[in-house]
Amino acid sequence: MKTSTLTIAILLAAASQSTMAAELDLKVTNLTKGIHFTPLLITAHNSEDTLFEVATEASTALQTMAEGGNIAELVAQATAAGSDMAANPAEGLLAPAASTTATLTTTDGNEYLSLTAMMLPTNDGFVGLNSWKIPTEAGTYTINLNAYDAGTEQNNELVVEGSGAPGTPGIPAAPGGDAGTGGTGILSGDTNTSIHIHPGSLGDDDLEAGNSDLSNTVHRWLNPVAQLTVTVK
Amino acid sequence: MSSANNLKKSLLVLALATTLAACSDNDNDPVIEDPVVVEPIVVEPVISEFTITFSNLTAGQPLSPLSVIAFGDEAPWSFGTTASVGLEMLAESGANEEYLSYESALAAVSAEGAIGPGETTTVIITVEEQETLNLSFAAMLGNTNDAFTGLSSLDVSTLEVGGSLSRTTTAYDAGTEANTETAETVPGPAASGEGFNEIRDDTADIITMHPGIVSNQDGLSTSALGVEQKFDNPVSKIVITRTQ
Repeated sequence: MKTSTLTIAILLAAASQSTMAAELDLKVTNLTKGIHFTPLLITAHNSEDTLFEVATEASTALQTMAEGGNIAELVAQATAAGSDMAANPAEGLLAPAASTTATLTTTDGNEYLSLTAMMLPTNDGFVGLNSWKIPTEAGTYTINLNAYDAGTEQNNELVVEGSGAPGTPGIPAAPGGDAGTGGTGILSGDTNTSIHIHPGSLGDDDLEAGNSDLSNTVHRWLNPVAQLTVTVK
Repeated sequence: MSSANNLKKSLLVLALATTLAACSDNDNDPVIEDPVVVEPIVVEPVISEFTITFSNLTAGQPLSPLSVIAFGDEAPWSFGTTASVGLEMLAESGANEEYLSYESALAAVSAEGAIGPGETTTVIITVEEQETLNLSFAAMLGNTNDAFTGLSSLDVSTLEVGGSLSRTTTAYDAGTEANTETAETVPGPAASGEGFNEIRDDTADIITMHPGIVSNQDGLSTSALGVEQKFDNPVSKIVITRTQ
C-alpha cells in the first residue's frame, strides 16, 4: 500500500516536471504618448501564483503597486511562491516610447508569465499581463498589453504629494511634469472594486482649475499601452 | 530562388572564363588570345505582385490614400523614432508624394483615393523578387492633427503566390504637431484647417501610439472635433495577398 502511494507520488511529481525550464529574452516597450511606467515586475510562475487576476479583488500587494508603484510586497509574494522574476529591469521609470530588456531563466513548473507596472499619472492604473502561457517552441512572440484599473481607489485625477501609500487618495506624481494643480476632483461613480480594464483618464483643458489635474490632450491613452516581446531560446 | 541560382551560375561562368584567360599567359610564346565569347545569360527578373485591401474600421475618420512601400532592411518609419519630413507631411495633411519618394524604397505606390468609414480600397504593388522583402503601410486619420495608421514593417519574403496575411492596425501619433484639435490645424472635412506645417510643436518629437481625440463634447473647448470623430483601436484592417 505504502509503495503504491509512493509510486503514484513519484509519477505525479514526474508529470508535473514534464515541462522543461526555459530561457527567455524579454523586451518591454511603453507604447503610450504621455504615460510613464513605474518599476516593472515580470514573473514566471505556476498556474496559481499570478501577480493578479482580472475580475477579482486586488491583493494588498497589488494595490500597493498600483497606487504607488512600490513592488516590494509583490516581490516578496512571488519569492515565497517560488516564482522566477525580473524586478525593475529599467531601474526606475520607463518613459513614453522607451524600451527595457531583461533575461529570465524559468524553473520547472513555472510555465506562465505575468507583468505589472503602475501607470503615472493615474490613481490606480497599471499595465498588466495575466498568466500568459510560455510556449515550449523556440521563437519570438509579441504580446500587446492593456491598461488595468486595480479597482482600489476612485479615479479623482488629483495629483497629491505623498498619495502613493495604499488607501491615500490621489495620484502620487506626474513624471512628465505636464500635469496641473487646483482641480476639484473627478466625482466618479466607478463602483467596480475588482481588477478591470481601465476606462481611461478624462483630464480637462485647464491646468490651473477644472475637475482634473490631468491634461486631456496629454494624459489619455488607447489600448494597447505596452508591448512585450518574448524570445524563447 | 531558382533565378538567384541562375544568376550565380552565370556569374561563375564569367569568372571562370576570365580566370582561364589570365592563366593562358606563356613566357616564351606570347599568343594572341582568342577573345573569350561568353553568351550573355539573360536572367528574367521574377516579379512579385501583392494585392492589398485596406478597410476603414473607424466610426468617423476618413483615411488618406494608403501608401505602400516595399523595402529590404530599413523601414520608412518606426515606433519610437523621429518622423521623416515625408511621414510628417503624410500624417499632418494626407499628401504622400514626399513620403513615397523614400530613398530606400524598392517600390512605392499610393491607393487611388481616400476612404471613408466603412469603406475598402484595393491597391497593387509589384516589385522584383528579393531575398528579404518587407512592406510598410501608412495613411492619415484625416480629422486629427497628426494621427496615422499602418504597419511599420511586414515580412512578405516567404509569402507564396496565393497566400495572404491579415492584420489590424492601431493609430499612431507622428509626434510632429500638438494635438490641439483646433479648426486651424485639423485638415480633414470636420475642420478644413491647415495641413502640413514644418514647425514641430508636439510634446516629444517621436512616433508613439495615439492617445485618441478628446473632442469639444468631452472637455476640450477649443476642439473643432465632435464625438463623431472619436476612434479606438484597431482603426483599419489590411489584407495582403500575393497574386504573382
